[in-house]
Amino acid sequence: MAFKTVKDIPDEELFASGHRCCAGCSESMLARYIFKALGKNTIVISATSCLEIVSTPYPQTAWRVPWMHVAFENAGASASGVEAALKALMKKGKIAQRDINVIAIGGDGGTADIGLQSLSGALERGHDFMYICYDNEAYMNTGIQRSGATPFGASTTTTPSGRISIGNETWKKDMPAIAAAHHIPYVATGCTSYPIDLMNKIKKGADVKGPAYVHVLAPCPTGWRFDSALTVEIGRLAVRTGVWPLYELENEKFRLTYQVKERLPVREYIRAQGRFRHLTDKELALIQQKVDEMAGKLGLGPLKA
Amino acid sequence: MAKKVGIEVSFAVAEAAKLADVDVVAAYPITPQTHIVEKLADFVANGELNAESIKVESEHSAMSACVGASAAGARVFTTTSSQGVALMHEMLFIASASRLPIVMGVANRALSAPLNIWCDHSDTIAERDSGWIQIYVADGQEAFDTTVQAFKIAEDARVLLPVMVCIDGFSLSHVIEPIIMLDKEEVQKFLPPRKVLWSLDPDKPISISPVGSPEYFSEFRRQQEEAMRQAMPVIEEVDEEYGRLFGRKYGVMPGYRVDDAEIVLVTMGTITGTARVAVDALRKEGVKVGLVQLRVYRPFPTDEVRKLAGAKVIAVCDRAFGPGALGGAVFSEFRGVLYPLKTRPHVLGFVLGLGGRDVRVEDFRTIVEKAGKVSKTGVVEKDWEFIGVRE
Amino acid sequence: MSKLPSYKEMPIGLVIVVPGSSTQYKTGDWRTFKPVKDKEKCTQCGFCWLYCPEGAVKKTKDGDYEVDLTYCKGCGICARECPVKALVMVEG
Repeated sequence: MAFKTVKDIPDEELFASGHRCCAGCSESMLARYIFKALGKNTIVISATSCLEIVSTPYPQTAWRVPWMHVAFENAGASASGVEAALKALMKKGKIAQRDINVIAIGGDGGTADIGLQSLSGALERGHDFMYICYDNEAYMNTGIQRSGATPFGASTTTTPSGRISIGNETWKKDMPAIAAAHHIPYVATGCTSYPIDLMNKIKKGADVKGPAYVHVLAPCPTGWRFDSALTVEIGRLAVRTGVWPLYELENEKFRLTYQVKERLPVREYIRAQGRFRHLTDKELALIQQKVDEMAGKLGLGPLKA
Repeated sequence: MAKKVGIEVSFAVAEAAKLADVDVVAAYPITPQTHIVEKLADFVANGELNAESIKVESEHSAMSACVGASAAGARVFTTTSSQGVALMHEMLFIASASRLPIVMGVANRALSAPLNIWCDHSDTIAERDSGWIQIYVADGQEAFDTTVQAFKIAEDARVLLPVMVCIDGFSLSHVIEPIIMLDKEEVQKFLPPRKVLWSLDPDKPISISPVGSPEYFSEFRRQQEEAMRQAMPVIEEVDEEYGRLFGRKYGVMPGYRVDDAEIVLVTMGTITGTARVAVDALRKEGVKVGLVQLRVYRPFPTDEVRKLAGAKVIAVCDRAFGPGALGGAVFSEFRGVLYPLKTRPHVLGFVLGLGGRDVRVEDFRTIVEKAGKVSKTGVVEKDWEFIGVRE
Repeated sequence: MSKLPSYKEMPIGLVIVVPGSSTQYKTGDWRTFKPVKDKEKCTQCGFCWLYCPEGAVKKTKDGDYEVDLTYCKGCGICARECPVKALVMVEG
């Protein structure tokens, strides 16, 4: 059953307090939302990332569901193993038949860069699992180094802005499109600033038979350089400027889940973050142009006059 | 009822995994392991093996999937060679530290570069620190028996370590030998279903493989060392039981004509058979030579090796090599293990058979000749040397 | 400072057997600001509970929402997102 209001959301916290996330971290918000949507019959395979590190300093763990960390680049493959094991053990009657959600979670690094092969294999083989990528647009865990998901113009520690550099010079890798190219039954984009939309997508992804991929924009106060109180607001700006459209593909049929009637100029999103501080009007114009093109393709509203 | 058949050794290994009723197989094809993977696929396709076969897209993913599946409580088997072993290097350490009883058949093949698909042990010797139990087999019957035994050793509550069964690529994997294969009932009697200590289970939520800070990391490694120490008696126990039930047991370091030997050859893998022929020929000529097959390499059989203290010269044959060291890894370990003894034999190292180079009876004659010279003069001119390499 | 366990006392195999044991670590120590609620203004919409990254906002029996200062890191998201500005961040 989809959530409609805040009051529909269950109370139980399966991601416990006491974890070591930065203040204002959207990943910990996502972790709470995943279990609000899925409940405790969920096995989590976690790639090396911020979320994995902050949640399991031995002997403490924030997870109240079965959870395993394997390595950085193989959440997809490891989750494939778990899914296959449960299938085999249930088929052979070695464990009781029941519905268990198998989810693999990883950051943009562990998904779009080093983890791409493992994810692709898992999607292609059609395992009944869901992959959730929390995208904070850099390798935040190791100190804000760029990833394939780092947007144009962002200053990171390996693409720093400088006298002759505007920061990251490449455009963000379109991971949802790559996932969709595997022709899987469910692909969606989400943002922690729109939790009900996100939780309903996570539910849909888990319910679907076969692989599901949900890509979540996860604003990072530490890496994007904004005040920790603004995490939700920044995510909202990403969506309302059209930088991060919220959509889903159910059986490859595209649908916007949040229509932006009038897009705010990207300047409002860009200027709110320290990682873009060095950008001039020239770069802003390029970014606006790219967003305009994508908005046109996806059917988002026009730029606010 | 056990039946003796002429069968390619790869197929016998696949049959062993099938009889062990594995739940998940996740493997990526690579020469010369391919026949094992293909045979397992046949078994699944024909309903002979009720297992999920994950057609992973790389060896790293193969071991990752095995780790996930084993953590979820399944009995898991995989197989690879050479570059595949190297590619899953990171995962091997994770699998053993996570105490997952995965069994892997390795068709030993040389590591690149240059590309070489033929037999040597550099792939698995390079993983000697990975925390896996390693057993090197010398013939087809042993390959079948050891694969069955491997599951029992790995899953023993005192051990809980993954096991590598090392089978010479091509020289053993692709030869047809007469092998007595057990039937399903016999294996079931020997090998009960896997009993997990813990697993990924929503009824008992645990977190596996957390961050191990400096305050805890060493203790986890100490646990692994303890498991390795417990593994040796378990390996012997399992071997004894197998012998009682099926009439075949192997031991940790089987010896041949060793009791009164002054010179002892040490071999691993199929060259053991060739060495045995050489030993017989040399014995006829009055040379007091014997042979041990180093079957269990990890854990290293320190006690067994020290029993060779009475020999004059031990000639260790390494079929793997890393440049810049004191000869082969096995040779170095023999020297290290024998060093503290009051009376200790000379230990010489011989590197041979790399990249599939044939090892012949003449090569062992050469080795014994060199060992004989040291035995007579007591002078060691060369700690170790290559055999059969064009200088 | 409690005595650290020997390798024999630790469970086998890199496992943490107590779910949610992170609650032993009081992240409330981190903060420099804390949210203070004006009860008159609060409409019990639940957004503070929804957005808190720590799960530190607790639902009371009568449907109200209260911040558990044991874990509150003082990020300020609840105050920022409150639609009626019932929460204010003050030092403490």
